[in-house]
Amino acid sequence: MNRGLGRLVLGRLGASAFSLVFVIVAIFTITAALPGDVADTLLGQGATAGATAALRHAMGLDQPAWLRFWHWLDSMLHADPGRSLLTGRPVAELIGLRLYNSLLLAGATAAVSVPASLALGLACTMRQGSRFDRFVTTALLGVVSVPVFLLATVAVFVFAVQFRVAPALADINAVHSVWQFIRVFFMPVITLAGATTAQMSRMIRACMIDVFSAPWIEMAVLKGVPPVRIVLFHALPNAIGPVVNAIALSLSSLLGGVVVVETVFNYPGMAGLMVDSVAARDVPVVQCCALIFCVAYLFLTTLADVVAVASTRRGGSH
Amino acid sequence: MSALRTCLAGAARLAPGSRRALLLLAAWFALAALGPLLAPHAPGEIVDREVFAPFSVRHWLGTDYLGRDVGSRLLWSVRYTVLISTLSTLISCCCGFVLGIATTATSVWVERVLGRLMDGLLSIPSLLFALLVIAAAGESIPALVLTMGVIYMPGAYRTSRALALRIARADYVTASLARGENRSFVILREILPNMMGPLLSDIGLRFVYAVLLLSNLSFLGLGVQPPLVDLGSLVRENVLGLAYGAPAVLVPTVVLALLTVGINLALGGQRS
Repeated sequence: MNRGLGRLVLGRLGASAFSLVFVIVAIFTITAALPGDVADTLLGQGATAGATAALRHAMGLDQPAWLRFWHWLDSMLHADPGRSLLTGRPVAELIGLRLYNSLLLAGATAAVSVPASLALGLACTMRQGSRFDRFVTTALLGVVSVPVFLLATVAVFVFAVQFRVAPALADINAVHSVWQFIRVFFMPVITLAGATTAQMSRMIRACMIDVFSAPWIEMAVLKGVPPVRIVLFHALPNAIGPVVNAIALSLSSLLGGVVVVETVFNYPGMAGLMVDSVAARDVPVVQCCALIFCVAYLFLTTLADVVAVASTRRGGSH
Repeated sequence: MSALRTCLAGAARLAPGSRRALLLLAAWFALAALGPLLAPHAPGEIVDREVFAPFSVRHWLGTDYLGRDVGSRLLWSVRYTVLISTLSTLISCCCGFVLGIATTATSVWVERVLGRLMDGLLSIPSLLFALLVIAAAGESIPALVLTMGVIYMPGAYRTSRALALRIARADYVTASLARGENRSFVILREILPNMMGPLLSDIGLRFVYAVLLLSNLSFLGLGVQPPLVDLGSLVRENVLGLAYGAPAVLVPTVVLALLTVGINLALGGQRS
């Protein structure tokens, strides 16, 4: 660690802090300042103007926007995101268990997709330009080009309808053993991991090929070092920065997939809650879910950024 | 007029991948424009008592969950998917490109403020951003178009800015400035024609992104609303037909994949 590197990393963290402020203001502005609010939705089209106004007043929706922002920010800082406008239950209580479920799903997906993409990416690099490489690259490009719900639909059709190996709906209350855990998580995880692995292995392949064009690799090849040894002991240690960067970036793009997968498989996670709340215009729940998602996303992209900065810096000083 | 000629000249010098992608896009536009005219039935008309019917001579692509003609509905859904995605791509690319190229010639402060704003926009995941706007403004088509336009603007801004900065350092630009040409001439006649190829493939990419996001939203029930239909909502409403292997759900899935995978393969997997 030297001073130049420290300054660069601090710069990245500063940019992320700015982005965080931007995100917080944007979430509130979008959800609070645009026309149409929950009072209209709750009372329906037949409501009189007086009734809507009274409900708005009772919910505090008639206060000026900056005042509501201040209250909202204050309560968020005290980890008290308020109550759901629809059910009246505290948002923290609604989200609590679901956040845990979502993290479980994300963790299981990462546990499958990170080793899988490393293996695929390295295998492609080792046989760069071969028929295997071309086939895998095209297939991966195909997978990243389709929407996630399409992967989910295909997964249901193949595994639940044709071969009947796993249930199409993820009932996680039925989990009492490791076997049941695998059965219930199989479909959501395989869908999400499919999407994530495709993107991750493409990025890993790209940065490994970059390292492979370096002179010391050619040297090792000429010395007669076996290919597996070259990849694992010569190339990989030197590509660790870009590879970690690729993994973090791909995991951050998993968020969109989580939203779709949780809905398709009726998985009781936070993204599913958010989609339901968006449909019902339940703003406090939407705001809180969006904030948690954005913070997770920012964390991963910042991590990727910092790793990238640190690793190029190290590579340059050698 | 000169701008049009610049575009045409640029298109003639395109890489084969981008040209193939453009041809594909043109084919989809044609299908979107003419398809509904060829539809044998109105999209909402119930034509058969059998639901989730298989492929047959009477209804080529079977019937959907209410007994409507899947083929006709498919032709209409392609129109809405292509139309909405195209409009939002136009918004994001026009604004992004203009800002990206213009900021190479403005003061540093404009660029810094704008760059930070774009970074901020990029730090909200796209599906989440769309969900937030829908939660507030509802699922109208203009709102969808605008939202997707804003979501993919920072990417267009970054690509075009990076390209323009690289070209602005070229000798012929320096020469042109030294000749005493004014800035707009340099931008329109020297920089723009030389970045046409990459910009066009960027448009193709952004179109695919827009199709993906729109389909995901519609699949969640938060995009295009009935009685209108796009590819995502077609899959959503017929998802129960999956248990019977009905064409009503499989065909739109395949068509959607053909649309996005086709363009992406033609572009050769360039990703930002």
